Amino acid sequence: MTMDALSGVLLIPALSACLLAALPGYRLTARLNVLAAFLTFATAVSLFVVEPKSGPYLLVDDLNKVFIVLTTFVSFTTSAFSASYIGHEIEIGRLKPGYVRFYHAMYQVLMFAMNLALVANNIGLMWVAIEIATLTTVLMVGIYRTHEALEAAWKYFILGSVGIALALFGTILIYMAARPVIGEGLNAMVWTVLVTHAAAFDPALLNVAFVFLLLGYGTKVGLAPLHAWLPDAHAEGPTPISAVLSGLLLNVALYALLRFKMLLALNPVALAPGPLMVAMGLISCVFAAFMLYRRRDIKRMFAYSSIEHMGIIVFAFGMGGPLANFAGLLHMTMHSLTKSAIFFAVGHIAQVKGTQKIADMGGLTVTHPVLGWGLVLGVVAIAGLPPLGIFMSEFLVVSSTFSRQPWLVIILVFGILIALGGLFMQLNKVAFGEPVGPTGPVEASYVPMFAHLAIVFMAGIYLPPALVTGFQNVAKLLG
Amino acid sequence: MHGITFDIAHLLAGSLVVMSFVQLYQDRLSALINVFAAHALVLALSVAWQAFVQEAPHLYITAVIALVFKAIVIPVALRRIIVRLGIHREIETVVGVGPAMLLGIGLVALSMVVMLRVTADADPLAREDLAFALSVVLLGLLMMVTRRNAVSQVIGFMSLENGLVLAATGAKGMPLVVEISVAFSVLIAFIVIGIFLFRIRERFDTVDMQAMDRFRGEKR
Repeated sequence: MTMDALSGVLLIPALSACLLAALPGYRLTARLNVLAAFLTFATAVSLFVVEPKSGPYLLVDDLNKVFIVLTTFVSFTTSAFSASYIGHEIEIGRLKPGYVRFYHAMYQVLMFAMNLALVANNIGLMWVAIEIATLTTVLMVGIYRTHEALEAAWKYFILGSVGIALALFGTILIYMAARPVIGEGLNAMVWTVLVTHAAAFDPALLNVAFVFLLLGYGTKVGLAPLHAWLPDAHAEGPTPISAVLSGLLLNVALYALLRFKMLLALNPVALAPGPLMVAMGLISCVFAAFMLYRRRDIKRMFAYSSIEHMGIIVFAFGMGGPLANFAGLLHMTMHSLTKSAIFFAVGHIAQVKGTQKIADMGGLTVTHPVLGWGLVLGVVAIAGLPPLGIFMSEFLVVSSTFSRQPWLVIILVFGILIALGGLFMQLNKVAFGEPVGPTGPVEASYVPMFAHLAIVFMAGIYLPPALVTGFQNVAKLLG
Repeated sequence: MHGITFDIAHLLAGSLVVMSFVQLYQDRLSALINVFAAHALVLALSVAWQAFVQEAPHLYITAVIALVFKAIVIPVALRRIIVRLGIHREIETVVGVGPAMLLGIGLVALSMVVMLRVTADADPLAREDLAFALSVVLLGLLMMVTRRNAVSQVIGFMSLENGLVLAATGAKGMPLVVEISVAFSVLIAFIVIGIFLFRIRERFDTVDMQAMDRFRGEKR
């Protein structure tokens, strides 16, 4: 295989993982980790300039380019945040120096697995990639070796494995549906081939397959009622991993789901995948919104907020049509950026306070103005207040649904408003009022957080025409 | 694909479902591990038979993995773990045998109704295999939700995965089956090493998941 950008986004993380596994010390490896993530991001951007040819195993099209660039960008900024975060964790002795090498190697393996899942042109390969991504995050969630962390890792492991197993059953059924039309062998698992023949597949098999895939990959997206692993995994793992889980891994699973949805949409007789996704999206959104109120752990609370937003995104894609798909894509991008920015802030706040309990924080805007106001800005953005990016995308989701299914809008808006109330109630405790807990200085890297928030702010006011056209093309592709 | 070849394939796949039922009512961990070893052995035979019938030599690799890894290595490792943890004599029943069996029968009936109906046009062997495989998958899930012990949950997961391998080998000519079975073996190895290395018993004083639930982040 010749070296092109496509193999670059896979090879750079894979090779860096080997290199980082071999190198000792924290300072050097943390920097190399950032460098590798940056190189991957730069390579991903170059996909827009020169589009490599797709083969039977790897594929590049308008849809996955958006996902790859978003994934590599957030991975890059998170690696910068991770460098200062992990430094502090070593100082206070929470993370043993021996695990740092492992942590950085795993970080790159995770990048590799996510990129592989996104560029895979083969439904089997995609499944394997998502499995690797799950395994690496399980290992990272348990890295602190406390009993909470181990329990969270175990729960994530078992539930994630069941999800993956169901997804594999769905994948096998897709192959069974494709085989009579395409013939035996590799071609019956290749996206580009599947898509061209999808209309002739047996619709009944496709239906059953989609139900399994929705349950399987839906577990990884964190859709209620399959979300049980998500809050624990977010709360107990290192914060950079919470940021990557919320901002990226959920998207990757969603991407898999979208691909299969496109396949089903091409078959005129098969069941419409939309209503199933709409129902699960709404349930997740409303359920998670209510769960925000009684959280005592700040990272668990934002994990539930991720479930809520994944619900909105799945809802938008379930509604389908160019406008709703556009809104879904925009919302996904905005959510990834905002949620990871929030986790950057939360990570440093938890380090200053020495705890993740909301009751033990308070008055952050007074004691740590930059972090405190950063968090306030992030929560304002994630709650969907104007003029930030999430307001825009939520507005688009609502308005595009309103003309088609006004009743669904009522449920959706209800969920969004409940979530807004919950978020602000909790934010009030953390950011304002009497300072609580340690007020020592903080060694934080603010750049990643404010870079994300600046993009989200910009997007709320002005979307570059190139981006709009790009998203519109993808939205059309999604049907 | 008729006559004796079909009957043997049918027999082996059916035996796998029966073994799943046998697993459901084992209340002693060591007996459960024995039944799982038998489960994996039946799977290995079934996969080898498919390899022979479909003239697909690469499936023999999957059969060998099932035989060596799942029927021998994993049971031996699990037995050593439960002896080390001192839980090999423990008896656990969460849902009674009667209700569990009835639920199991219901799940098998469900998978027959679903799979046989939707695969009406597929070839008979693949059809039966898929229906049996879905039964094994659902019985594995049932086992995972009715058991509290981490080791039995893992065995439930592994029998679920055996069902998937059965489905994958039944789908004639499916590529990547070997790779996927290797990927799954890695996953299972991780789980088993996880139980051992994390020494759940040491951390939590028990491998009982109900006790682990007490450590949930919210309840402090």
